[in-house]
Amino acid sequence: MDRRTRVLIAKPGLDGHDQGAKVVVRALIDAGFEVIYTGLRQTPEQVANAALEEGVDVIGLSSMAGSHLPFCRKLKPLLEKYELNDKLWIIGGVIPAHDQPALLEMGVDGIFPTGSKLSDLVQFIKEKVA
Amino acid sequence: MSGELPGGIRRVVNESGIEIKPVYTAADVEATGGSDMIGLPGQYPFTRGIHALMYRKRPWTMRQYAGFGNPRDTNQRFKYLIANGQTGLNVAFDLPSQCGLDSDDPMAEGEVGRVGMAIDSLRDFEIAFDGIDLDQITVSMTINGSAAIMIAMYLAMAEKRGYDLKTLRGTAQNDILKEFVGRGTWIFPVEPSVKLVGDTIEYCAQNAPKYTPVSVCGYHIRESGATPVQEIAYAFCIAKAYADDAIARGLHIDEFAGRLSYNLNIFGNIFEQVCKFRAARGLWAKIMKEEYGAQDPGSMWLRMIAGGGGGGLTFEQPENNIVRGAYYALISALSGTQTMALCSYDEAYTIPTEYSARLSLRTMQLLIEEMGLCDTVDPLGGSYYIESLTNMMRTDIEKIMADVDARGGIVKLISEGIIQAEVSAQAYQMQKAIEEGRFKKVGVNCYRMDEEEKEVAFHPYKDEDARLQIDSLDTVKAQRDAAAVQAALDRVQADAAAGINLMPAIVAAVKQYATVGEITKRLVAVYGRYQEPIRF
Repeated sequence: MDRRTRVLIAKPGLDGHDQGAKVVVRALIDAGFEVIYTGLRQTPEQVANAALEEGVDVIGLSSMAGSHLPFCRKLKPLLEKYELNDKLWIIGGVIPAHDQPALLEMGVDGIFPTGSKLSDLVQFIKEKVA
Repeated sequence: MSGELPGGIRRVVNESGIEIKPVYTAADVEATGGSDMIGLPGQYPFTRGIHALMYRKRPWTMRQYAGFGNPRDTNQRFKYLIANGQTGLNVAFDLPSQCGLDSDDPMAEGEVGRVGMAIDSLRDFEIAFDGIDLDQITVSMTINGSAAIMIAMYLAMAEKRGYDLKTLRGTAQNDILKEFVGRGTWIFPVEPSVKLVGDTIEYCAQNAPKYTPVSVCGYHIRESGATPVQEIAYAFCIAKAYADDAIARGLHIDEFAGRLSYNLNIFGNIFEQVCKFRAARGLWAKIMKEEYGAQDPGSMWLRMIAGGGGGGLTFEQPENNIVRGAYYALISALSGTQTMALCSYDEAYTIPTEYSARLSLRTMQLLIEEMGLCDTVDPLGGSYYIESLTNMMRTDIEKIMADVDARGGIVKLISEGIIQAEVSAQAYQMQKAIEEGRFKKVGVNCYRMDEEEKEVAFHPYKDEDARLQIDSLDTVKAQRDAAAVQAALDRVQADAAAGINLMPAIVAAVKQYATVGEITKRLVAVYGRYQEPIRF
């Protein structure tokens, strides 16, 4: 494929802490990806729609305020409905270890909790979307 | 950051970009601007402290950030903290309340009571502060987008309990401009948002003159990636924007400036932080006196809560955060803060437990009772290094402020997303510096250990709490006078459309138990919602 890998970075729900998401956006742009950043306050419908309209390869969520499980439970059926469940689904932020099995079960492909390295994230996407 | 100087000496440049010499002398103080700005504590320009005796008279207020679940849960935590020696309250609201949504709003699902307490109506304020003496314990509310409504509810609750608004103290964060840069709980577009802040300043000046309607935050701008000098410069530019709005309404600077305060960050290098606060105090006094013609010394005081410092804490080796917290508290005490709130060591993971919140309180109490931090004012004052660095940082803050003005002013730069893009670019550079080991973080890029993620005790989130809150909201709605509520909401919308001060209408509406969501919807009908500029 000639086309550059397209990555959606979304801020789900009401959480306003976007420093981490914006740092990730910059790292992905530097790594040569095409990045679509949604901004704050995204509903599950908005995230799924953006992923569909932008034809992305990767759907990334950044969650710092603890509502990742209820949000992902609502997003999952929408990803299935729009046939986006083959896309790489990743999530980063304050994601406690005890929530990770439930996220993986739902179909999340990669979890990057606070403290993860940008280079590891870039490497992960490159390996999975080739 | 480091590198090497000729002769193999380690090169040191602080986060503010100032190169640090191995030794300072009196000549450095002279070369950086001299001693004119040092003065005495309690005297202009207040570099050494806003009061003559500072902690010798009374230690700083201890005000740990707290709030979760419904108002009943939060009331219990408040009472626990007070029983353990806390001297002020610092209220955390949940995200729906901060964003102007009721607990039964579809957007609120999964977020009710999660990161703070849920507030829908005046009834919730009555429950949250039940049994707490509002004259003895001052209450600070971390609220911004919906601050006008929450201030109205707080004042209405206090009035109902018989407190005199003329003497009631308390603080609302209510710094909406910084929400557009970091933290993100905005609701309306920039211009009406600033107008609403002006409404609260004007209303409080006239009706609750001891209440602090705005606490200008460098804190979150620093968390978003700003350097210490930028933190102060941007906060001052923002404070001036609010002051200019109030003056345009015909208020005199001395009618409100004494009730503005600051919320500033403390993570980082001890000496750089202390000098930041000393530089800021002198410069703020100078701005108020020389630019705004303030006469009342109280208008020139940089009153502050200096605490938190979450950006310096790490997910790795969380116990190290207990030690960092102790140093941050030391910084804050050496800097002459009025109020302190420490981030608890588990705050990178969860809402602090009673145990960790108590540990933060004890950290501050140790400084007061055992370590001699309350014995003498500005103990670092007069050090060649401290005075030189204070001078250099003050000069740099002034330069950044002049640059902001030259580029069209802070409101324009924030509206266009320019400040946001600049601080996020810096946050990215800092993250790279940490990952590459150029900027040291213990436990992150040095002294690492192979370890499993620590099982920190997690604050439980109960869906049941959200259901109880929605039930309580339904009860309030069923019991109130529906026609009076509609009339009060109509007045809010009409006053918003007319462009007059909204506080009287909002106060009248909350007294009828109109909800946060209902009032916000009426304001959105006039103002619309903020559209975030995406800029990288």
